Amino acid sequence: MSRRTETLLWVAQRASAAVLALCVLVHLATMIYAVRGGLTGAEILARTRGNVAWLAFYSVFVVAVAVHAPIGLRAVLGEWLGWRGRAREVFLAAFALALAGMGLWAVRGVFA
Amino acid sequence: MSATLRVKVWRGGADGAFREYEVPRRESQTVLDVVTHIQRAIDPTLAYRFACRVGMCGSCAMTVNGAPRWTCRTHVDKVARGDRLEIAPLRNLPLIRDLVADMREFFDKWARAQGQFKGRRTRADDFERITPGSDARKRADAAIECIGCGVCYAACDVVAWNPDYLGPAALNRAWTLANDARDAANPERLRAVAGDRASLACHTHMSCTERCPKALSPTAGIAGLKRAVARAALEGEL
Repeated sequence: MSRRTETLLWVAQRASAAVLALCVLVHLATMIYAVRGGLTGAEILARTRGNVAWLAFYSVFVVAVAVHAPIGLRAVLGEWLGWRGRAREVFLAAFALALAGMGLWAVRGVFA
Repeated sequence: MSATLRVKVWRGGADGAFREYEVPRRESQTVLDVVTHIQRAIDPTLAYRFACRVGMCGSCAMTVNGAPRWTCRTHVDKVARGDRLEIAPLRNLPLIRDLVADMREFFDKWARAQGQFKGRRTRADDFERITPGSDARKRADAAIECIGCGVCYAACDVVAWNPDYLGPAALNRAWTLANDARDAANPERLRAVAGDRASLACHTHMSCTERCPKALSPTAGIAGLKRAVARAALEGEL
């Protein structure tokens, strides 16, 4: 991997961390607000179904996770297991796609 | 203060072991004094490295009671646990013998980080005017007093996990040159200090800053390099 690509990955991880910091705050505040009168699936769905704002918010959240986590895992795999090279990058690309796919599937599930 | 110190010293190569010596304790005794006493009065086969004895040359660094230190300016009173000292070679470097670490990789990394000054003027040109109070000059000044002792390199966990990582001293050197208006090598230098094997691998543990005997902060310099490298990558100049 070129130094420029490695540097852009580093920038992407910092940028996604900034997005996640905001998303996690909103997510936690919503959870605390939403469980005041008990938590039911029906109540969650009533809030999220057909709501484009929540669809957009959680889609951004999922994409930020799918960008952020694999880049961090890349350093962990390299430093702790000594796993570097092309096989690691392919594994992490698949991991990123899996995170994004499963996350967006779940977002779609509470929207549709 | 006890009359003698019990000193464990690493002997042999990587598969060696600690050997214990009894050394008379003295006022204002440094760890280097202790090692020198062992070599001159007890066991002349002990190998260690020193030169100036006054904290300028950077050649006497060793691991003292588990932490890397310059031994010539480390007082026994400050680091001994009771009457015990344990002295080992610097970590993260290949061992030649006893307390002598092989510094080649450490200095090769300075070269890989483009740690050489490359001037843009000839002797026919006038001097470059550098204002002492300019921000770039102040940043360079804050990092310039490195003596190349290797203490930061031995203290760095990222070097231990990623042996290709250039390490704090080489990156600190690159940072001083990145802030030197006279230097002509900066686009190449930024490429040299970008990526996983260089500035971006730093986890900001600050062990280098904690241990630097000259009270420098390689961490701050590396953070500056990260910003410069990121900017260059985004502007397509890397």
